[in-house]
Amino acid sequence: MDQQKIKQYGDELYAAWLACKPVRPLLEREPEISIEDAYKIQEQFVARRVAAGEQIIGKKIGATSKPVQDFLGVYQPDFGMLLSGMVYQEGDTIDLGTLIQPKAEAELAFVLKEDLKGPGITAMDVIRATDYVLPCFEIVDSRITDWQIKIQDTVADNASCGVYVLGKTKGDPRKLDITLAGMVLEKNGELFSTGVGAAVQGSPANAVAWLANTLGELGIPFKAGEVILSGSQSALVPVVDGDELVCTVGGLGSCRVKFFGRSAA
Amino acid sequence: MSMNVTLSREDVVRLCERVEGAQTRAYAIPKLTNEYPNMTIGDGYAVQLELRQRFLAAGHKQTGWKAGLTSKAKMLQMGVNVPSIGFLTDRMARPENSAITVSDLVHPRVECEVAFVMKKTLKGPNCTRQAVLDATDYVLPAVEIIDSRFSGFKFDLESVVADNGSSARYVGGGRARYPADIDLRTLGVVMEKNGEIVTMGASAAVLGHPADAVAMLVNILGELGEELPAGSFVMSGGITEAVAVKPGDSIVARFQELGSVSMRFVE
Repeated sequence: MDQQKIKQYGDELYAAWLACKPVRPLLEREPEISIEDAYKIQEQFVARRVAAGEQIIGKKIGATSKPVQDFLGVYQPDFGMLLSGMVYQEGDTIDLGTLIQPKAEAELAFVLKEDLKGPGITAMDVIRATDYVLPCFEIVDSRITDWQIKIQDTVADNASCGVYVLGKTKGDPRKLDITLAGMVLEKNGELFSTGVGAAVQGSPANAVAWLANTLGELGIPFKAGEVILSGSQSALVPVVDGDELVCTVGGLGSCRVKFFGRSAA
Repeated sequence: MSMNVTLSREDVVRLCERVEGAQTRAYAIPKLTNEYPNMTIGDGYAVQLELRQRFLAAGHKQTGWKAGLTSKAKMLQMGVNVPSIGFLTDRMARPENSAITVSDLVHPRVECEVAFVMKKTLKGPNCTRQAVLDATDYVLPAVEIIDSRFSGFKFDLESVVADNGSSARYVGGGRARYPADIDLRTLGVVMEKNGEIVTMGASAAVLGHPADAVAMLVNILGELGEELPAGSFVMSGGITEAVAVKPGDSIVARFQELGSVSMRFVE
């Protein structure tokens, strides 16, 4: 795909994000987009947000569970960039008016204390380089109409990242069994779904190792202090005005978030 | 839930013999409500009681109880708002890491559960989560091998209760823990079949908390005029969906904080 088209689609997704107006699937219009092209479009989309004043503060890993991979027809995860404008604090109320068609996912977030430079990174390096882990919510959102995404669409759209909320309880992965830690997701005081760390690539540490190796190949830095959202451990929860969600990671703690207003679609 | 018994003594014995035959000789039968459409849940428990008395008279030793239909999805599917219960005996117990024969089962499926061993007797009604935790000696991980004796998995609550809640075999193992030392609500569980993850979940999937399922079991026992004796082994209900097994399959259930339970299945 030529440079001009990459720029055009990156700009289009940026405009869609800014206006909260979704666009038609890119793959429908450009059947030849490769996953590499899609990452270049993502780079342009993110570059526009950075040019408008945000900073890159971490990464998210997506498509980490088998049901999502089956749906997308890909058998590896994808990644997107976390930007400073996406951050909410635990207990905050998220304005749905800033989102198009949001859904929440309960995840484990990692904060690194050392750079992780792939290739050659294993799950053991991830634990070694991790400062702490946190319970968190990622609110995914799609700039593509009705979530009609294929892998190229979601990758170009910054891995469908919307906003995220970090819990306050820090856990040490040397003391917490991140693979077997249960995930309990409640919506408005009722149990919504349960999961476990192993739902993410066998272990969230495997997903982070995959990311370090993938970024290493692409020459993208992966620095100490960055936040990594390691992938969904729950079912996707559509959210509407007044909803309150709590996720609890067994042996760690909870993250709570509320929503108000109306999303664009 | 009505515990009224509407069937005659003769019909209870007849149905018990039908279930007992299916259980002991491993064949499928049509659901009992085909012939007795007005059968109640109380009738189901009357058949189950008859079955238990026959087994005990034959020298089986009762080891405890199990709760079934403890997930919201299953209850909704069956149109009930309480779990079902069934009894467990020494003949159903298998050691961990053993080879379990399936030729004497109809269509066995396995699920991961948190099990409780009681140190105090509990009696319903009004048994609570806290009362269960206070009466618990220790908790441990378990795998239940359920086996509905009804053809094509077509059944209703009345028939399942009469069939002793599909109880067939069970394996306890892993690591014993005091309930006060762990958060029983958020334990993660992974089931692997032949080295591959087949189902996952966390313990809250059981009625929000496994001890709530045990409290409900005690309250159902109360309605039946029975208590949960000290020393009982209690399985609190499947955290994960039931997975079919056949000869050659190997199962490992891994639990946060409770270790793992493994077994393999043979002809």
